[in-house]
Amino acid sequence: MRQLFPPASNTIARVSLTLGLLLPAVALLAGSAISRAPYNTKVDIPLDQPVPFSHEHHVNELGLDCQYCHTSVEKGPKAGLPPTHTCMGCHSQIWTNSPLLEPVRKSFQTGEPIKWNLVNSVPDFVYFDHSIHVKKGIGCTECHGPVHEMQITYKAKPFHMAWCLQCHRKPEEFIRPKEEVMNPHYSHPKNHVEVGRKLVDEYGIKVEQLTDCSICHR
Amino acid sequence: MRAPDRRYVAAALAPLALLALTGCHVDMWRQPKLIAEHENAFFKDGSASQLPPPGTIARGALRENEAFYTGAVQGNLIEEPPVPINRETIERGRKQFGIHCAPCHGSLGYGNGMIAQRGLAMRRTPGNYHTDRLREMPIGYFYDVITNGAGVMFSAAARVEPEDRWKIAVYIRVLQLSQHAKLSDVPAAEREKLGAHGAPPEAGSPPAGQTDLSGGSDRRGEQR
Repeated sequence: MRQLFPPASNTIARVSLTLGLLLPAVALLAGSAISRAPYNTKVDIPLDQPVPFSHEHHVNELGLDCQYCHTSVEKGPKAGLPPTHTCMGCHSQIWTNSPLLEPVRKSFQTGEPIKWNLVNSVPDFVYFDHSIHVKKGIGCTECHGPVHEMQITYKAKPFHMAWCLQCHRKPEEFIRPKEEVMNPHYSHPKNHVEVGRKLVDEYGIKVEQLTDCSICHR
Repeated sequence: MRAPDRRYVAAALAPLALLALTGCHVDMWRQPKLIAEHENAFFKDGSASQLPPPGTIARGALRENEAFYTGAVQGNLIEEPPVPINRETIERGRKQFGIHCAPCHGSLGYGNGMIAQRGLAMRRTPGNYHTDRLREMPIGYFYDVITNGAGVMFSAAARVEPEDRWKIAVYIRVLQLSQHAKLSDVPAAEREKLGAHGAPPEAGSPPAGQTDLSGGSDRRGEQR
């Protein structure tokens, strides 16, 4: 009988067995690594903006409260981008000749909004609401990171569903006293889980409902 | 060995091909609906957020109460705030004052907030509440200034709700009293506690040796 398999077949069989197991595993790992990498999530990448607005200067150095500009954060789903009128409240007096602020002055004169580039967003099937989060003791920096240190604003967290769920499953690890919500310098105490459990009770947060689909999706 | 039937190969590969398609499915991520502050080609200016036509009044939002919404009745500023005066009102007023007013006017209202200190080229410094003129001004005046602005101060109406404007006005009264109080204003039982501190600072000027840090400071040094 004729030899069906030449001697090289042994090697080919071993290599293809190994690759057949390895390649899918590598592809899976690579895929998940890429989806979590800043390349995809845009985390830590400052975006170009029409005006190089510095939160670091306005919050850290001048001490403005988040709500000076983001006025609807307690009232509705959006924290609210300030209208040009808010900028000009100070910049009609300060830095009036700065070329960097030319787009702001132009917007004020023409009434045409400044087109900022979107830094943080969730897919359209997510119905996120700022007001309920700040009312229940979730601080700004919990999701937005150290905004008070950002020269140019960047996204600090991936905003994946898995990331949201960390807190929706265990809010006691992230919650803080309501008075500290707008404080960018707040840091959690050592016994924060213990304190957090009390706050979760006190604020009436029903943890068992927080992972219901309809909490975020309609 | 016989070559496998093409149909079987196709059947085996079809699910794989479907798998490849899943990556291109974004119609739920980007739905054809208006989202506040986002871009949208539907309107001429390309923005999803549109101003209502002039004169539009939302259902139930007709501002009939002249005193509450203008701070004046037929042009006369009102003397009594149309909000209850209690601890809650004052605390809310303090919080809103800290957010919207203190950056320029300072946490005590002497007109020396952080913006006033940093804005070296300001044509006019922010108002000082501790003058006879402003101490005697009806409270409706403060509501009116927050609502319509005054001098170089812009209107804060878009940022502060009417209810909060009144609470801020009440808190300004608190500040005025706190900086212009006489020993006789303190209940007799509490007076002794003040004894050691001597006379209150001269009215109308910030307490000696105190820099106003209300509107902020370089807080990087004191991060907790």
